[in-house]
Amino acid sequence: MSAGVAAALVLPAAGAGAILALGRWPNAREAATLATAGGLFAVVASLLPAVLAGARPELVVLEMLPGIPLAFRVEPLGMLFALVASGLWIVNSIYSIGYMRANGEAHQTRFYCFFALSLAATMGIAFAANLATLFLFYELLTLATYPLVTHHGTPEARAGGRVYLWILLGTSIMLLLLAVAVTWFQAGTLEFRAGGILGGRVGSAATGGLLALYVFGIGKAALMPVHRWLPAAMVAPTPVSALLHAVAVVKAGVFTVVKVIVYVFGVEATAGLRSVDWLPTVAGFTIVAASVVALAADNLKRRLAYSTVSQLAYVVLAASLLAPVSLVGAALHIAAHAVGKITLFFAAGAIYTAAHKTLVSELDGIGRRMPWTMAAFAVGALSMIGLPPTAGFVSKWFILSGAAATQHWVAVTVIAASTLLNAGYFLPVVYRAFFRAPPGGEHAHGEAPLPMVAALAITAALTVALFFHADVPLALARQLVAPH
Amino acid sequence: MPLVAAPLVVLLRSGRAGWLIAAGVSVASLAGALALAARVRAEGVLSYALGSWQPPYGIEYRIDAVNAFVLVLVGLVAAVVVPFGRPAVAAEVAAERRYLFYAMLCLALAGLNGIAITGDAFNLFVFLEISSLSSYVLIALGRDRRALVASFQYLIMGTIGATFIVIGVGLLYLQTGTLNMADIAARLEAPGAARATLAALAFLTVGICLKLALFPLHMWLPNAYTYAPSVVTAFLAATATKVSVYVLLRFWFTIFGANLVFERLPMPDIFLALSVLAMFVASGIAVYQRNLKRMLAYSSVGQIGYMTLGISLDNVPGLTGSVVHLFNHGVTKGAMFLFAGAIAMAAGTVDLDRLGGLAKRMPLTCAGLVIGGFSLIGVPATAGFVTKWYLVLAGLEKGSLLLAALPAASSLVAIAYVWRFVEAAYMREAHPDLAGVKEGFAAPLVGGWILIAICLYVGIDSTWTVEAARRAAAQLLFGAPQ
Amino acid sequence: MSLPGHFTYWITVFLMVAGLYIVIARGNLVKKLVGLSVFQTSVYLLYIGPGKLIGGTAPIIAPGYSVYSNPLPHVLILTAIVVGVATLALGLAIVVRIREAYGTIEEDEILRADAHAPQRGGA
Repeated sequence: MSAGVAAALVLPAAGAGAILALGRWPNAREAATLATAGGLFAVVASLLPAVLAGARPELVVLEMLPGIPLAFRVEPLGMLFALVASGLWIVNSIYSIGYMRANGEAHQTRFYCFFALSLAATMGIAFAANLATLFLFYELLTLATYPLVTHHGTPEARAGGRVYLWILLGTSIMLLLLAVAVTWFQAGTLEFRAGGILGGRVGSAATGGLLALYVFGIGKAALMPVHRWLPAAMVAPTPVSALLHAVAVVKAGVFTVVKVIVYVFGVEATAGLRSVDWLPTVAGFTIVAASVVALAADNLKRRLAYSTVSQLAYVVLAASLLAPVSLVGAALHIAAHAVGKITLFFAAGAIYTAAHKTLVSELDGIGRRMPWTMAAFAVGALSMIGLPPTAGFVSKWFILSGAAATQHWVAVTVIAASTLLNAGYFLPVVYRAFFRAPPGGEHAHGEAPLPMVAALAITAALTVALFFHADVPLALARQLVAPH
Repeated sequence: MPLVAAPLVVLLRSGRAGWLIAAGVSVASLAGALALAARVRAEGVLSYALGSWQPPYGIEYRIDAVNAFVLVLVGLVAAVVVPFGRPAVAAEVAAERRYLFYAMLCLALAGLNGIAITGDAFNLFVFLEISSLSSYVLIALGRDRRALVASFQYLIMGTIGATFIVIGVGLLYLQTGTLNMADIAARLEAPGAARATLAALAFLTVGICLKLALFPLHMWLPNAYTYAPSVVTAFLAATATKVSVYVLLRFWFTIFGANLVFERLPMPDIFLALSVLAMFVASGIAVYQRNLKRMLAYSSVGQIGYMTLGISLDNVPGLTGSVVHLFNHGVTKGAMFLFAGAIAMAAGTVDLDRLGGLAKRMPLTCAGLVIGGFSLIGVPATAGFVTKWYLVLAGLEKGSLLLAALPAASSLVAIAYVWRFVEAAYMREAHPDLAGVKEGFAAPLVGGWILIAICLYVGIDSTWTVEAARRAAAQLLFGAPQ
Repeated sequence: MSLPGHFTYWITVFLMVAGLYIVIARGNLVKKLVGLSVFQTSVYLLYIGPGKLIGGTAPIIAPGYSVYSNPLPHVLILTAIVVGVATLALGLAIVVRIREAYGTIEEDEILRADAHAPQRGGA
């Protein structure tokens, strides 16, 4: 079992090496990417039955600091996260090949290489058995994605990269590191344990403060006011925005938040403390405020980015309600939002590739030229809003039941309001695409290259499939709240 | 014991030989240091009476957990820098002076080892001067004429510092009638803090701080590091200031005792303030440097602030952080200066404005520099993270979240200057002057990567260094390793 | 504290401060070195002074003499003098080379020369 864990970590890193070695032959290089992605998913999937059966494969590599090992342990939430990330990497690789070739991007070897490294770091985050290991891979993920964000090397890319780096490294070094150190100092361990490790060791007020250090220190979760890096990172090529900033990086953030709340603070130990009451409010504010910004954004990728900020806050909100049902919703939303948002980004990238358009106001009638793309976009949008028959409905349902169960009426109101707002910024796009007449004098274009269309069709199908067959993620999420 | 002293004797006599001997000697010195460290671990404090005069009358060499650690660092850096620095020396030092250069390098190494090993306060001064005089010469051998001025500045400052140290030692001697460190410590305990003791402490502290370039006594360092031949910079940056930090630790903790230094005088507060200033101001200055070597030099001043910060916190994690940072920073900076030297040789400049697009031309060198930069920032999985972790813990143990946040905050400044290099090398348009530049000689590259590999290794598996540093810290604080 | 009784200390301190002042205040590099030497020499006095006992003799054990001067400071200071001479010699040698390179040994002129010199990188 631990061999599987090791393979999941080593495989993408080795893949990065292979990509680098095969840099001169694009076809072989891209075959290596696909093979690595496929292999990684197979490895991760092979761990699934055991985890579902209650096993927790472990792997201890060595002692990083005295008393703090570099160790991995597969638990349900990490399993879910790893499954989503590795599965979508395959689709994303197909999409990347189409996108990078069609747009004639430079430095493709570097691109694929760091992509694989990012996935390695993501696997490390997913399987980390303690906070130190998680912190290590968290920072590695920031550094591995930095070259992807600044891929174009233009002044805008550099400026965006700077914001990206400063906020992510800054928050993690200033706040998260401090929080980890305080945890170590108080609890004497950094291991993730069911029920939490801090229980009873710190006072109520200190718990609130520590939670703040964690929540804002995990800048990848993009809770306002540390969300600025996400729109800034949109200078990256679209496949990067799609996988990393809809799946790997941001999900690493909310994943860490959920994990910290469940395994460090402990749900029972923290529930009812008045000092942590502020978190749902902050998350709720982020949901609404980000939606409002998205409403006003004309650049499609920017609109998607703020939508991501808002959707991430859903997960944080759900986790902060500290009810079992809402935690299930949080875990499900990690998966549901991933497939939905990646579809939307794929569509945005396809529009850019085929029609060279980036603004929402330019999209009149584009659905007639690119029906597949815009249909997928519509599915993704429905999922964001949380309508059946899409995955977003399932997770939102659980979050809403959690909010109702804990009688957190602010949360209920926020969710209701944001649903309206989501509809307000997504449906006009769909409406424009299908029901407005295209402006005259346009150059003719059809769909984007086949790999891209195939990729976005797959993710759109997944979005719908997760609605009907949510059993695997649901089982994993249930295990999270009812540990053995 | 003769076996223990043998490498040192070799060192002292190897003056006229060239690179081969210098390389051999530095490797031997590493081996000797490792052997000593192993014995110290096994047997506790080692003592060797020079010329068979029994201490406290004769000169005693005394090795415990602390200086064993420093010896290993000096040996390691020498063993990497000297053998692999050969092409750099060939490029930067005129042929007829080269043998002198190696002689001086050996002398400097001998001096540094001597400082670390001796148990006699005056002997320490002599070794200090041996290493300093030879390093003045080494710096003056730089090609740029400003190297001469830098060396002269360093000579003036260094000699003032050394003379302050002699005054301090003299005052201690007048009071106690002995020069053996352990003996002084024993005799000082009895009468308590007399005025002369305090004066001695003041003179010694200022003198040593001049040598270790504690902000604001760092003025000599940036010029010296910038204009010296790159091998010299790599060697001195990695060792000289670190050994001075060791001297400070030795005088403060072993001779005066933490009790006097920390409880009866406002030393910790002063040092805390200066360390924090160093961490922020010097690093801040580094951000605005255009010259890569000078930027690294200012970063060294900032990193020295980490070490003194750990000392001023006066608890086990803090001292552990300080001592382990001696090693971590020594290894990191040694590697970075080697790479900077390689760039200087290949591209003919280390001006950041002219290094646009360098990463395409010298990918390995630049990658090494970037990883070294990560270690300066304190990214996990590099050596720098281990230090920072302990300093943060030390701040928490003092009960202050602010103290814990300071080392973290200063690494943000480090990001700023490291990223200036990253953006220049990786994202700027290729500078026309760099058209024909290729990855330079293999040797400095290999040497630098060995150090970088060590830096990464102790970042991931820090058990060995941290354990050694913790023993050293315990030895300093409680008199015996625990 | 009787002033004449501690006159060696007073001289020591005077020389020390004077030497340090010269190092700081003079722009001429040779004068700086002279100041440095004075500064170092004062330390020799600091060591030697207390080693002398009135009526003491050279420390040779012989019948009839019971009071010795302490020999250790002399030995130490011999070493220190050697160090001082070496420092001075090295300093002067560097000054000679500076003079060759810059044509001056005045600190402010050297700094000015470097400020006007074109940036040649720092190799």
